[in-house]
Formats: sequence, structure tokens, C-alpha cells
Amino acid sequence: MHNTRQNEGSITEFLTDFSPNVGGAERAVSAAAGGALVAFGLKQGGAMGTLATVLGGGLLFRGATGHCHAYDAMGVNTAGQGEGSKRSLYGRSLFSGRIHVAKAVTINKSPAELYQFWRNFENLPLFMKHLESVTRLDGNRSHWKAKAPLGTSVEWDAEMTSDVANERIGWQSVDGSDIANSGVVEFRPTVNRGTEVKVTMIYEAPGGKLGEWVAWLFGEEPSFQVKEDLRRFKQLMETGIIITTDGQPSGAEPMPAKTMTARA
Amino acid sequence: MNALCWYGKHDVRVENVKDPEILNPRDAILRVTATAICGSDLHLYNGYIPTMEKGDILGHEFMGEVVEVGADVKMLKIGDRVVVPFTISCGNCFYCKKELWSLCDNSNPNPGMLETLTGYSGSSLFGYSHMYGGFAGGQAEYVRVPFADVGPLKIESDLPDEKVLFLSDIFPTGFMAAEACDIQDGDTVAIWGAGPVGQFAVKSAFMLGAEQVVLIDHYVDRLELARQNNNGNLYTINFDEEEVYDRLLELTGGRGPDSCIDAVGLEAHGTTPDALLDYAKAYTYLATDRPHALRQAIYCCRKGGTVSVPGVYGGFLDKFNFGAAFAKGLKFKMGQTHMHKYMPRLLNAVEEGQVDPTFVISHRLKLSEAPLAYDRFNTEKETWRKVVLTPH
Repeated sequence: MHNTRQNEGSITEFLTDFSPNVGGAERAVSAAAGGALVAFGLKQGGAMGTLATVLGGGLLFRGATGHCHAYDAMGVNTAGQGEGSKRSLYGRSLFSGRIHVAKAVTINKSPAELYQFWRNFENLPLFMKHLESVTRLDGNRSHWKAKAPLGTSVEWDAEMTSDVANERIGWQSVDGSDIANSGVVEFRPTVNRGTEVKVTMIYEAPGGKLGEWVAWLFGEEPSFQVKEDLRRFKQLMETGIIITTDGQPSGAEPMPAKTMTARA
Repeated sequence: MNALCWYGKHDVRVENVKDPEILNPRDAILRVTATAICGSDLHLYNGYIPTMEKGDILGHEFMGEVVEVGADVKMLKIGDRVVVPFTISCGNCFYCKKELWSLCDNSNPNPGMLETLTGYSGSSLFGYSHMYGGFAGGQAEYVRVPFADVGPLKIESDLPDEKVLFLSDIFPTGFMAAEACDIQDGDTVAIWGAGPVGQFAVKSAFMLGAEQVVLIDHYVDRLELARQNNNGNLYTINFDEEEVYDRLLELTGGRGPDSCIDAVGLEAHGTTPDALLDYAKAYTYLATDRPHALRQAIYCCRKGGTVSVPGVYGGFLDKFNFGAAFAKGLKFKMGQTHMHKYMPRLLNAVEEGQVDPTFVISHRLKLSEAPLAYDRFNTEKETWRKVVLTPH
């Protein structure tokens, strides 16, 4: 398919075609090897370093987009039929700049308990790891502040677009926000299984495509974030805590000398 | 405090580390009074379990005295003496409410690894790699216990530690395996593996009314230990000397055992897709003996019988005789032990003198001698059967 289009299309179309023609495992290897080469190249410097950086960048691009111009030119496609077009390893669109996430979790609490907790937006940073704060403004409006990749932060105002008690809450960022986003959380009761909580979100990544790309490379993948946030929401609602091991003792940090223990 | 830390294959050391602290309001801190080395700790020692990190504190069989409780702990107070189950369960989720404690939804802070491998993550375990939660274990002077109102079982009698210590894992594990057999009048239960779990499975099968129990192994001393500690309805088969299938038919009038328990297991663990290759190798290394027990259990089990698997499996099984299982309409029961369900009942059995779990102990040492104990336990299986360590 791609090689056909390449034959018919312009050179610009050829260079801007990012649809995948590289298979999943190969892409992961490409990305990893590319990253290592770039790191090596930048450290090395000189002609060899430059070559390594350029080659590594190419592999990294190939890994992240699943598109190889060389394969394209050769008419090779290792992505297979199931890969779909313009999908990343995580099944989201990589170069549209728009991220669509849908995740669900089942929580052993009533829809009313979950709705009430969520409806109080100030509670959200308790389980949404990337949120710093949510403050209530007038009417349906609230102000959101979030941590972004690479130590930056983003802020925006949002307004509720729907609010059905014990069923759903929808929101949308107001025009001119750093990060344009909208979403809805739905609470559906089940028979003896608790409540299904489903979050659907659409947002534009800060810094557009590049920011999204960087976020993906550094592991701050939005779909993963939402999944982890929902997991923490479940823990908090079911157990009252978010389980952690941060701060426990380890032989990786031995004490300098044998001393009496604090509780001896 | 002193703690037994893992640094790599065949490299465990007692190090001085900081004391554990309350990290969640539902935590308690115990002063550990007794802890044991489990056969499954050897798989960490031998480097088979991925997602271990240098410095991880080992130990999932332990008991002790409560020295500190978090703000939300209601059932325990300082000074209480408790035995702690090796699985960590929240007590609130769908699975805990159904008493499927080892499948708890909420106790693993790193569930992603197990989700990648198995689709979903079960409960965390103490001291058993980061895919199982990464919680510091109890082979230490002190230990942090999460969900302290849910797991720890109070010991209010004056029974010595070593009589109740094995309620932390191996006694309930053997018991659940036997209970899974749904033992009826006249039943014969065959058990592969005369290690501590197999020994407790024998005891439990008799407790649950088995007519006769057959224990299969090739460690003569372990088979002898079982014979000494059970009545004449226990038969043993040394598979180095006898044909297991033929002997089982002889003992059951040609019917075959009603239930078969695989207390051997196969620790070919893996976590992430890139670890698949690693455990394929580990599997090849183990392939000559260990899966043989499960295959033999399936082959020997009577038609319509139950195969119960307390032995731990982690990966893919090669040449698994599923056709035999299908042809005979077998039932399979398996999984990590739902500890909390069995501990009170088994404590009662110990208090009433029905079972004295100390018969499995072969060595009693100080925590400081733990590295030696791991080495010997690993290399001298015939004589080093079960090690109890005292940290203070």
C-alpha cells in the first residue's frame, strides 16, 4: 500500500508519510538502539559521534513512529495487518497531536460514594499523580495545575459540561488553555461487582507533536497515567490508602556502622 | 537493624539497615521473634526470580511482637504477639470479600509487571521480588506489615513461636491443597514432594478425612520423617526404586488415587516480555525432573479426580499432557494460598494438639547465620529441611 502510494505521490508525501510499516517488536528494538546510539554519539563527539547521532536519531524516529523511509522505498512492510494505521505501540495516535484515552476500573463502592468524591475536584490530586492542585472558581469553573514532562508545569481553567448525580461528570478546558482537554467520567453500577468507573479524555499535548513524542520517550505516557490514576482512585476508595513501599529499609542503603537499633 | 539482604545469585548478607517506619496509616511495625527460610526463598537465592533488586530484604515466613501501629489500625495494639501471612491483602476489594485473599486487587504497588505477564496482578508477597510488590521481608529484626488489621493473626496462648510460625505459609498452603481435593469417605490422596508443604499436605489430608495418603519423593529421610509423624494409613513411594503408577494402582485396587497433589512446583518465573527468553532457559534447566511431577500426577489421577497444585508455577509448561486431563475429565485447583481463610482454623488445630508443626524443623540458627543457612539449605537438601532463624 505504502509503496504504491510512494510510486504515485510526490517526494514531499513520501517524506511526510508516517504510517507504520515496521512491526512492534522491531520498533521497540529500533527505539532502544536508536536512543543508545544518540547518547553515545552526543558523548563521543567528532565525525564518528555525529554519524552515530544521526543514525541513532533515524532509528529512534523509526521506533517511535513505526515508519521507515528506507523500508518505504524498498516496498517493505513488517508492521502487518493488525497494526492499523498511525497507531503507536500503545494504540494511540502519534502525530495528530491529539491524544485520546479511554480507561475503566471496577471499584467495590457505590456509584454515589465514588461520584461524590470525584465531584469534589479538590480531591483529584490525591490520586492523580500529575495534578498539583485543582481549585474551585465561580460557578462551573475550576482552575487546574499539573506537572508536565521534564519538570515543567501547565495550568488551565476548565468548566463542567455535564453533571448527572451518581452517573457522570464531564469537563472541558476553556479557550486559550495551555493544554486543551475535555473528558468525561462515568459511574455504572454492576450486579455484585461494585461500580464501573470509565474515564474518556481527549487532549492536545503541550508543545504539540514534539512534546507528545518526548513524553512517550520518557515514559510519561498519557494512557498509562490515566490507568495508574484510576488504580490509585480504586485503592483510595476501597482501602482508604494508596499502597507504597517508598521509604522502606533496603540493603542498597546500608548504615555506615553497626549501631544499636532505635527500638532495642 | 540487622536484615538479610539479597545482592545476587548465591549472595545474601546480613547488613545493618535503617529501621522500618510506618508509611501508611494502616501499617504496623513488628519486632520479629522468629522467621523461617522457605524452599521458595531458594529460587531467589539461585537467581531464578526476575525483578529482584540489590539490597532487597528477604523473608515471608515470620512472626513477632507489635511495637508500633499506624493511626488507622484498630485491631492490634503494642505488645500483641502475631503471626503474619506471607500474602498481603487489603480486606476491602472484591477478591478479599470473597475470601480469595491471595488475589487481592490493592496490595501491589507495582502491578504492571504481573499484568504484562499474566493479564492481572494478584496480591503482594513479603520479600519476594518487585513484581510481587517489592515489600521488605521478615528475615530481619523489624518488619513493616501493611493492612495490619487484616493479615496478622493474634496468638493469645503461650504456645512457643516455633509451634505457630508455620501458620505464616507452609501449613495453610498444605491445607488449602488438601481442601481443594474435596476429600470424601474412602478417598486416597497421592502427594508428590515430601518437603515441608508436602508434609503439611499429608497432615491436612488426614485431618480432612482421607482414608489413605501416599507420599512420593526420593529423599529417603523426608519419607521416613512423614512415616514417623503419621499413622499406618500413610504409604510412601521412593520413585528411584518403585514405579509410581504401578504402586498407586496396587494401593487403590486398580482405581488410581482420587486426588493428586503436586507439592513440587516449577519455578520458571518471568515478568516482562523481554524476560520470556530468560525463563525459557530456566525452564530448560529445570525440565528433567520438576514438571515430571505434574505430568505424573495427571497421568496417575483416577477418572474424574482432582489435581491440586500448591507447588509454584510461573511460566509456560512444555509437553503438558492436557489430553490425558481432558480424556479423564480431571479438575484442576491451584494458586497462591488464601492464607487469611485458613489461619484461625489451623491455629485452633495447633492449640488443641491435633498437629505439632515443629516436626518439620531441622535447624535452629541466629539471623546472623542466615547466609550459611541459605548455602546449606540449598546444597544439603536431605538434612537441611527447614530452618528457623531468631533475629534477637
